[in-house]
Amino acid sequence: MPDKPKVAFYWCASCGGCEEAVLELDEKLLDVAAAVDIVFWPVALDFKRKDVEALPDKAILASFVNGAVRTSEQEEMAHLMRRKSQVLIAFGSCAQLGGIPGLANLFRREDILSAVYFDPPSMVNPDHVLPTVFSRSNGDKLELPVFQDRVRALDQVVDVDYYIPGCPPKPKIVWSAVETLLGATLPPKGAVLAPERALCDECPRKDTKPEKLSFTEFKRPHQVIADETICLLAQGLICMGPATRGGCDAPCIQGNMPCTGCGGPTPHVRDQGAKMLSALASLIEAKEPEEIERTLATIPDPVGSFYRYSLPASLLQAARSEQNRAA
Amino acid sequence: MLNRRTIPPEVPGGAFEPRIIAFFCNWCTYLAADLAGTSRMKYAPNIRVIRLMCSGRVDPQFVLKAFAEGADGVLIGGCHPGDCHYQEGNYKTLRRYLLLKRMLVQMGIEEDRFRLEWISAAEADHLRVAVNDMVEKVRALGPMNIEVVKSIQADAAGGELPELVPLTELSGGQEAPVHAR
Amino acid sequence: MHSNGNGSCRVGVYICHCGTNIASVVNVAALADYAKQLPGVAVARDYKYMCSDPGQELIVQDIKEHGLNRVVVAACSPLLHEPTFRRAIARAGLNPFFLQVVNVREHVSWVHVDKGEATAKAKDLIRAAVRRVFLHKPLDKRKVSINPNVLVVGGGIAGIHAALTLADAGKHVYLVERDPSIGGHMAMFDKTFPTLDCAACILTPKMTQVGCHPNISLWTYSEVVAVDGYVGNYKVKVKHKPRYIIDDLCIGCQECVTACVFKQGKTADEFNVGLSKRKPVYLPFPQAVPQKVVIDPEACIEFKSGKCKKTCIEACGDRAAIDLHQKESFDEIDVGAIVLATGFQTFDPVRKPYLGYGKYPNIYTSLEVERLVNASGPTSGELLLRDGKPPQSVGIVHCVGSRDANTNRWCSKVCCMYSLKLAHLVKERTGAEVYNFYIDMRTPGKGYEEFYDRLLDEGVHFIRGRVAEVSDWAVDPSEEGKLVIRAEDTLAGFVRRIPVDMVILAVGLEPQADAQQVRRLFNISCASEGWFLERHPKLAPVNTFTEGVFIAGACQGPRDIPESVAQAGAAAAEALALIDAGMVELEPYTATVDEDACCHCKVCVPLCPYSAIDPNGGKINEVLCKGCGTCVAACPSGAIRQNFFEDSEIEEEIEGLLAYA
Repeated sequence: MPDKPKVAFYWCASCGGCEEAVLELDEKLLDVAAAVDIVFWPVALDFKRKDVEALPDKAILASFVNGAVRTSEQEEMAHLMRRKSQVLIAFGSCAQLGGIPGLANLFRREDILSAVYFDPPSMVNPDHVLPTVFSRSNGDKLELPVFQDRVRALDQVVDVDYYIPGCPPKPKIVWSAVETLLGATLPPKGAVLAPERALCDECPRKDTKPEKLSFTEFKRPHQVIADETICLLAQGLICMGPATRGGCDAPCIQGNMPCTGCGGPTPHVRDQGAKMLSALASLIEAKEPEEIERTLATIPDPVGSFYRYSLPASLLQAARSEQNRAA
Repeated sequence: MLNRRTIPPEVPGGAFEPRIIAFFCNWCTYLAADLAGTSRMKYAPNIRVIRLMCSGRVDPQFVLKAFAEGADGVLIGGCHPGDCHYQEGNYKTLRRYLLLKRMLVQMGIEEDRFRLEWISAAEADHLRVAVNDMVEKVRALGPMNIEVVKSIQADAAGGELPELVPLTELSGGQEAPVHAR
Repeated sequence: MHSNGNGSCRVGVYICHCGTNIASVVNVAALADYAKQLPGVAVARDYKYMCSDPGQELIVQDIKEHGLNRVVVAACSPLLHEPTFRRAIARAGLNPFFLQVVNVREHVSWVHVDKGEATAKAKDLIRAAVRRVFLHKPLDKRKVSINPNVLVVGGGIAGIHAALTLADAGKHVYLVERDPSIGGHMAMFDKTFPTLDCAACILTPKMTQVGCHPNISLWTYSEVVAVDGYVGNYKVKVKHKPRYIIDDLCIGCQECVTACVFKQGKTADEFNVGLSKRKPVYLPFPQAVPQKVVIDPEACIEFKSGKCKKTCIEACGDRAAIDLHQKESFDEIDVGAIVLATGFQTFDPVRKPYLGYGKYPNIYTSLEVERLVNASGPTSGELLLRDGKPPQSVGIVHCVGSRDANTNRWCSKVCCMYSLKLAHLVKERTGAEVYNFYIDMRTPGKGYEEFYDRLLDEGVHFIRGRVAEVSDWAVDPSEEGKLVIRAEDTLAGFVRRIPVDMVILAVGLEPQADAQQVRRLFNISCASEGWFLERHPKLAPVNTFTEGVFIAGACQGPRDIPESVAQAGAAAAEALALIDAGMVELEPYTATVDEDACCHCKVCVPLCPYSAIDPNGGKINEVLCKGCGTCVAACPSGAIRQNFFEDSEIEEEIEGLLAYA
């Protein structure tokens, strides 16, 4: 009897939500599990890294790797999964774009470590000890991964074949992607396995879009109780829908919250945040610089609003570090 | 890992010369630059002009791309408010510029590196002064030294460009897709 | 190497020397060598004059012999020769848009001093162009039909001549003039230099022709209030101010004026520059075209209090041509071309307080003196002081407001000649001593220098020196009761004080006060001084950068009557060339929506000032789209593309400019 195709899952800098997304396939998961041989899935199965290393190269048909890459261990594992797999799939926003962890690129590594190991009120660390790569613990030599100086998307580390977008990817998209991968013709390498149009196309509030959107101020979700039937942009909330790939059935909008952009950009856009910025700014009502600035003051955190999931994948990728700023 | 895009080849003497990308609108600022030429005015050679029909065509992606590719400064030149050849394109430019500037500051890019100037077709001298001023301000700020990570996929494809447009007449209106993600 | 499906890119790069204009600063040979080794470049040459016939032939031959499919030309500004080179490559069978022009003259060799830096910059620009041109797609210019009607704005000599030329050619002309009569400044003059033709004699036949020409709709006391559309297809809205006279019924008999309850005029007469007064109902001037009166609602008692006896209506009798309830009305017209001939205004000498205008009674502007010496003027042609006596000595001050760092830097071109003319007329009419105070005597036209000689022979005194002051402060008895002009006589080398009875200020020419509003209305530009901007000062002096809008006469800059008439003819010819071609080609820089990518978010819809985007998003009307690209930049899905300015093309240019090569 021929071997069942081998499939693997791995998580890098991840919250675990993408693992749960796989489970969200519900009963279909049992069908999948019956048809394939899962050879690696740290959250669920007991295989070790050395088991993967022991496999011949390209032995795994498809690996689904979620999470961004921030440590040397994640980088090594990304390279390992790439070597051992015929098809490597970046699963979820973090792997595709860097995800929410990507916002750490706004800060220096030193500041992050300080914020974790020195500053918290409940921290007791009078000698300012930081974890180092090599150290001793109870006589044993301990090696920790390197905490790299920026967050990267998966395809900034290894060659990626396909992307499944979403934070986490919705069951509809995951199942459709799986079906595509099992289908007769594989899509072109580098394809994002989701519809190409932005979210507005499938938004339940599409018909309430006004012909002339314009903004005198922007509102944040906690500042207003949004009407449940009208387009959220029309209500002054920053909804990333127009700049975000759809296919998710707009669950956030159905929950009366604006889209935050987890689907990433549409195929013709290079930088999702820049495009959303362009669209919103173009529609500001004011013409005089002072008035425009007053409107803009209602967006306290442009990077966080427009690049919530996509900062490492954006054109600038990260904030410029101090040493680069010195003349 | 990181690709330091802006480290220039060794320049004898080693002085930093800012490289500034300028987007000029066809009807006002580009004309002013031409007029500066016919008037034989002299200004710093650090700008590289990209001609567009209207400053309203300046997509924030272009500005970010210029910085990501190693530009030390970006200048946008358009018609004065009220004078846009296409009525109101320059107002959209102004609004995008102000928001983009705020975002760039968050990203550690100093305000003086990104500039918007309203320069009419007759204001060649204003152009000269603005260019010289910007070059000096950026020189004082120093090189961008931006660090970007290249996408492995792009590298694996053997070149940085996506599929190019076929050369025959039958290419039929399809845009070359930008980096597929 | 960039290659794709149907064969690789083969680019020809041409570096122009432009004589020494480019080659003296930029190392053109090094540029050609540099270009040769760029990926995709099959041929790279440098040549003395790329825009010449042999230069263009070079490109055409290379395309045929080397199978080039893209061309880059590094030369002067694309605004000059992009069309030239596009035509050249089209002759060789390539789509004209497979060309990219690099500006290495106006933007490099003419503005940078260091040859190394200039050449390095040129290399960057060429590298970027070579990369961009790979992505150029075949495009076709859009063809639109042309409406054969023409709008002429301004009824001075330039507007009149343009209108007549066009009307005689069989086009229907709308001549719109904001004053109640056509004629402009020329109608106010007495004699014209250097021939001393009577202005009215040569102007009024043309005015009459305009008034009765079957192809001219003469709309006086009217203004253009809105302009929409594009070349060949302009929609213009014209406002007709109420004359309170029914046009078709008034025969210009002026019985209403005689009968008006005002026995004497109380309002400053505009045509006589305030030197006389007129009644509320008035004919602008005797030779006015149309010969119809106007009622001024600011002066008329009936409008202020409603209690006038209305003797005017009584006098008009059965003709019943007066309608005091008339309202302003509007017309919307379709025209294919527009000629702007809105003229100039004179410099207000109040801005030069030391010349005493307005302070001393016998200081006049040249325009006021034109009215004084005019037979139909306030003094019936006699040159008289305010007290009614003729002057025995007259000083004429040149360059008032002109050639002056404090007011207008330019030379107003006509003032020397008209000052000589006035000097002659003053001498002839009064026999007074005439003193002309000048900086330089500018007499460049045909017969102008000879006219100056004549004046020298007539005994007019010429003092070369800028007038410092005009005052009535006498230092000795000979200056009592006179206006004393103080100027340094630079040829003699000392300061003179010349007492005169009358001072004439040769005021300069300026753009009209509302020039900025007018030019915005018609979507053209003004030069730095405020004159309308021509497309090219030498090669396209009557065209503007807006297709279909032409300028003629003094609205473009100071000039005399022969030049204004010549320009008006030129503008008419350009308009005729446009219209008679039948079709106009528009640049194809329009935007289109990729319907597969559009999610109908409608972000783009309110951004288009031409309402070219369907209210539901998803479609752009190609005819209405003007190609600004604003919607392209705003579309958050990247679903809108602009021909020739696609994201990929511009990004390639950016990468090319910044690559270290």
